[in-house]
Amino acid sequence: MDSLTQLIDGFGTALTPANLLLAALGVLLGTFIGVLPGIGPAMAVALLLPVTYGLDPVAAMIMFAGIYYGGMFGGSTTSILLNTPGESASVVTAIEGNQMAKRGRGSQALAAAAIGHFVGAMAGTIAIVLLAPAVASLAVDLGAPDYFAVMVLAFIAVTSVLGRSRVRGFASLLIGLTLGLVGLDEMTGQSRLTFGSLELSDGIDVVVVAVGLFAVGEALWVASRLRHTSGEPIPVGRPWLGRDDLRRTWKPWLRGPLIGFPFGAIPAGGAEIPTFLSYATEKRLSKHRSEFGSGAIEGVAGPESTASASASGTLVTMLTLGLPTTATAAVMLAAFQQYGIQPGPLLFQRETDLVWGLIASLFVGTVLLLVLNLPMAPVWSKLLRIPRPYLYAGILFFASVGAYAVSGQVIDLIVLFVIGALGFAMRRYGLPVLPAILGVILGPAAEQQMRRALQISDGSLTGLVNTAFSVTVYVIVAAVLLWPLIRRFLPRRSADRPDREEVTAS
Amino acid sequence: MTTTEEKATTETRTADRSELGICALLLVLGVLVLTDAIRIPTDFAQRGPVGPKAVPVVVGIGLLVVAVLLARDVLRGVRGESETGEDVDLAAPADWRTVLMLSGAFLANAALIGVVGFPISGAVLFWGAAYALGSRNLVRDPLIAAALSIATYLVFNNLLGVPLPGGPLMEVL
Repeated sequence: MDSLTQLIDGFGTALTPANLLLAALGVLLGTFIGVLPGIGPAMAVALLLPVTYGLDPVAAMIMFAGIYYGGMFGGSTTSILLNTPGESASVVTAIEGNQMAKRGRGSQALAAAAIGHFVGAMAGTIAIVLLAPAVASLAVDLGAPDYFAVMVLAFIAVTSVLGRSRVRGFASLLIGLTLGLVGLDEMTGQSRLTFGSLELSDGIDVVVVAVGLFAVGEALWVASRLRHTSGEPIPVGRPWLGRDDLRRTWKPWLRGPLIGFPFGAIPAGGAEIPTFLSYATEKRLSKHRSEFGSGAIEGVAGPESTASASASGTLVTMLTLGLPTTATAAVMLAAFQQYGIQPGPLLFQRETDLVWGLIASLFVGTVLLLVLNLPMAPVWSKLLRIPRPYLYAGILFFASVGAYAVSGQVIDLIVLFVIGALGFAMRRYGLPVLPAILGVILGPAAEQQMRRALQISDGSLTGLVNTAFSVTVYVIVAAVLLWPLIRRFLPRRSADRPDREEVTAS
Repeated sequence: MTTTEEKATTETRTADRSELGICALLLVLGVLVLTDAIRIPTDFAQRGPVGPKAVPVVVGIGLLVVAVLLARDVLRGVRGESETGEDVDLAAPADWRTVLMLSGAFLANAALIGVVGFPISGAVLFWGAAYALGSRNLVRDPLIAAALSIATYLVFNNLLGVPLPGGPLMEVL
């Protein structure tokens, strides 16, 4: 009940005219940037960071909630109308959604996606209200060794679970950790990797790293291989659903959060795995199984609801433990740090207004998303025709604005360029970007926790494993690391695989 | 680097060894981190048993190990899979001219922003980047660049409270 009254207070904060306007602006901007082809949610959030710099933290967070959900939503329009998903979360949507659009059912596909997002985000945000305070109060008892263990798990999970090549995942992680080392050591004030430069003593700003890797790196990479014949988006009218479609979609919408939310909360790659699971589930349960592959509406409704609920699940872990599980959440965490807010269990005690204002704005943003986007879909679909030179020139332009706005120093633009070049090379040679960004953000925190734990134990390594929680986490870490070995001894379950392979091949 | 990459990770015959450049980068980074770590004085100001050296040493060694493992991977013929995307044509050869021109436009902004202010340097960046990417409309491109740059300046500087350098142009206006 306590959280209910706090939530009502949160609505008091979120529903003031000024904040409501900011939330609406955030949703519109987030969707606008997210719909643009080639821009995934992580880049959308990174590019829109500077917009909130001048606001006070509560207002900034409220606007940010809108940007986050809007950016997540924007990608689905692109994948349905262009069949070219910008990021892994909407790969599945593209399969059925684009088929529907090709068969003249684009309006229904967009409606199924939009309402799916609404249902997923609503269910997910309710789950945040119910779970986050409980998780936070449990997490208050966690000590340095526990945090260090959880961070190690996050590092290992992003390098091993995602991507095809572990070596490349670890290479990316180590590059990130190296970037995170630059600056003064927090505990002793010793300078590391600054090479005598005063500007580097402050460390490399996480926002500059995020914008460099996601925006500049992507723009340079696309420029080197620009497709000169971009796909024609399918024209579409106002989204709507008939009675038949509703009958087919309400169950997938409601099942989505059950799959998406838990996956979003653990460091297993965000929406990629749960959307595949949702797709497979809907295919199995559907009465119209034969339609799958040629535009089954369940295949849009389920995965979209799943993706949006997983975005909420991500927020639980990020707000209560300060642990980002997706690239977008990593950028969000960078934003929090920019405002001097440190997410973690104490956030719910110290910054009550901010947290509950943010959660209330998630509800507000979700409603606004539906209200604004159903009528505006035809407008958004026109954005898909933007000439590519303007699109990528614009990305570089706003990336520069964002990096410069961090501290008003030209050196940030140079660092941005170097990190962009790094992002280019990583894309070229298949090094995943997420481990690097996680390394930059969590690396310094992990080091502090590790040193704190060893300080308490007076240097004995047992100080890292002296709680039941940390031991459990290390067992999971070991299981993840040894999984390829374990799998060899398990009987092959080839029957379940075709779905996913078929999907990845397309 | 002009050879077409194979998507299959087991393709061995293409003589593309350019990925070894990444190994070299990791190697250099590793050496850099280690030499920097050795130089950190630990005898004073250290609190607790683990000083500021420990993590850089671990990261540095990690970089060296990964560099070697990746090199072994590459020499065995395993290729990193280039990232796909909406506007990415993996079959096309790398277009270095565009990348260089784009980098030029980007760095021009960095060089000019302190001198002529953001409204002008930003316009140079946008127009230069659009030109590099193949847009050749000599009326529309600069107009869009100027409008975007001035609008962004006004919105950020005056509306959102995020200061950007105005330069001489804004002093005149």
